[in-house]
Amino acid sequence: MEKHIRLPLTQEDIGGLRAGDYVYLTGELYTARDAAHKRMAETLCAGGTLPFEIAGQTIYYMGPSPARQGHVIGSAGPTTASRMDKYTPRLLDLGMKGMVGKGRRSPEVIAAMRRNQAVYFAAVGGAGALLSKCIKKAETVAYEDLGTEAVRRLVVEEFPVIVVIDAEGTDLYGNLSG
Amino acid sequence: MIREISVKTLAEAVCELCIQANHFLSPDMRNALARAAGQETSPLASRILGQLEENLQIAAEESIPICQDTGMAVVFLKIGQDVHFFDGDLTEAVNDGVRRGYTEGFLRKSVVGDPLLRQNTGDNTPAILHCSIVPGNQVEITVAPKGFGSENMSRIFMLKPADGTEGVKEAIVQTVAEAGPNACPPLVVGVGIGGTFEKAALLAKEALTRETGAPSELPHVCALEAELLERINALQIGPAGLGGNATALAVHINTYATHIAGLPLAVNLCCHVNRHASRVL
Repeated sequence: MEKHIRLPLTQEDIGGLRAGDYVYLTGELYTARDAAHKRMAETLCAGGTLPFEIAGQTIYYMGPSPARQGHVIGSAGPTTASRMDKYTPRLLDLGMKGMVGKGRRSPEVIAAMRRNQAVYFAAVGGAGALLSKCIKKAETVAYEDLGTEAVRRLVVEEFPVIVVIDAEGTDLYGNLSG
Repeated sequence: MIREISVKTLAEAVCELCIQANHFLSPDMRNALARAAGQETSPLASRILGQLEENLQIAAEESIPICQDTGMAVVFLKIGQDVHFFDGDLTEAVNDGVRRGYTEGFLRKSVVGDPLLRQNTGDNTPAILHCSIVPGNQVEITVAPKGFGSENMSRIFMLKPADGTEGVKEAIVQTVAEAGPNACPPLVVGVGIGGTFEKAALLAKEALTRETGAPSELPHVCALEAELLERINALQIGPAGLGGNATALAVHINTYATHIAGLPLAVNLCCHVNRHASRVL
């Protein structure tokens, strides 16, 4: 089923999404990948607060290539989500509602998604030039020293993704391989 | 007759090849993707292959890297034994070419200087440099930027002689099945069989730079490539791992002599952005 959804995700949106739905996202996404996740986890362990309010937000696992002059961003496709699995349940328990990446997730992440009613989307890996055209704004909001791994706030329009794991825990990859 | 080549010429070539490889997929890969699109029957898989084709067009026309993971720069040099390099250090020249290519080409800097301390070097150096000495007075340079989505799903197996060809087939198919969606299929599967632990890995990496779909010259290896391609595509992992016929575009197998006690096997997976650009000096 094809859907157009505004970010941040509402509980109603999440409840209506099913694994296999083709979705166009419009609104704000935050980027974070390996190094930013490690730093956020360390901050939380030390009793600190995250550099942005994660409750209700969607994280895009992505580190862009540099923008040429006149461009908002460089190539900007998804990275492998499973590398963030170690850190993800805690972020879901803090209220994160959506994730965009590629590849499988761990049983712990899927359990945390069900517990917190969140959704995992895949964008097409290796289509970074195409996906960059849907990104209308990009600004660094934290960890600038991490370069491509800094946390960015993006504004996207009609950003194409596929629901891989829905809030009931149905896993499109799992169904395909089984 | 000794031929003199300045390492600055080499650095310039490496710089240009880094930029070229990350913006323009080679014709053999583009043709393989187009063939896969023609044979795809699942509507979602066809849609994804269509996006990949559009992505290549945007990358080339607007000078945006095909993928944001512009890779670690793997550089192969086949150096004619009658060549003498002057003007500086060969390895530093290759790194200088990578540094300039990744900076001037707006490519992502994805390299950390120490695998445990993990500080980004800021210029994508050092390169992974493989040199071999060959007859003649030319230098063949191949730059193959390697993304890590697929690198992370690659495997080495130290099989036993008793495992035989069947064991080799099982291990290769198992590697692709376990990689599933993570390695960004449709894949090119680079395989090295034989040699030692490190030789098998290098054979597999070199296999990825072969013209996509060109068969091995050895009849028994060529047959093995064809059989494995069929078995891998029967997995129906499909483009982006969302189901479909195109799980792999090609299986390339390179072999080498090995020890009576061993059957080393390396499987180096590459995503559909299998980048390689070459030039002869």
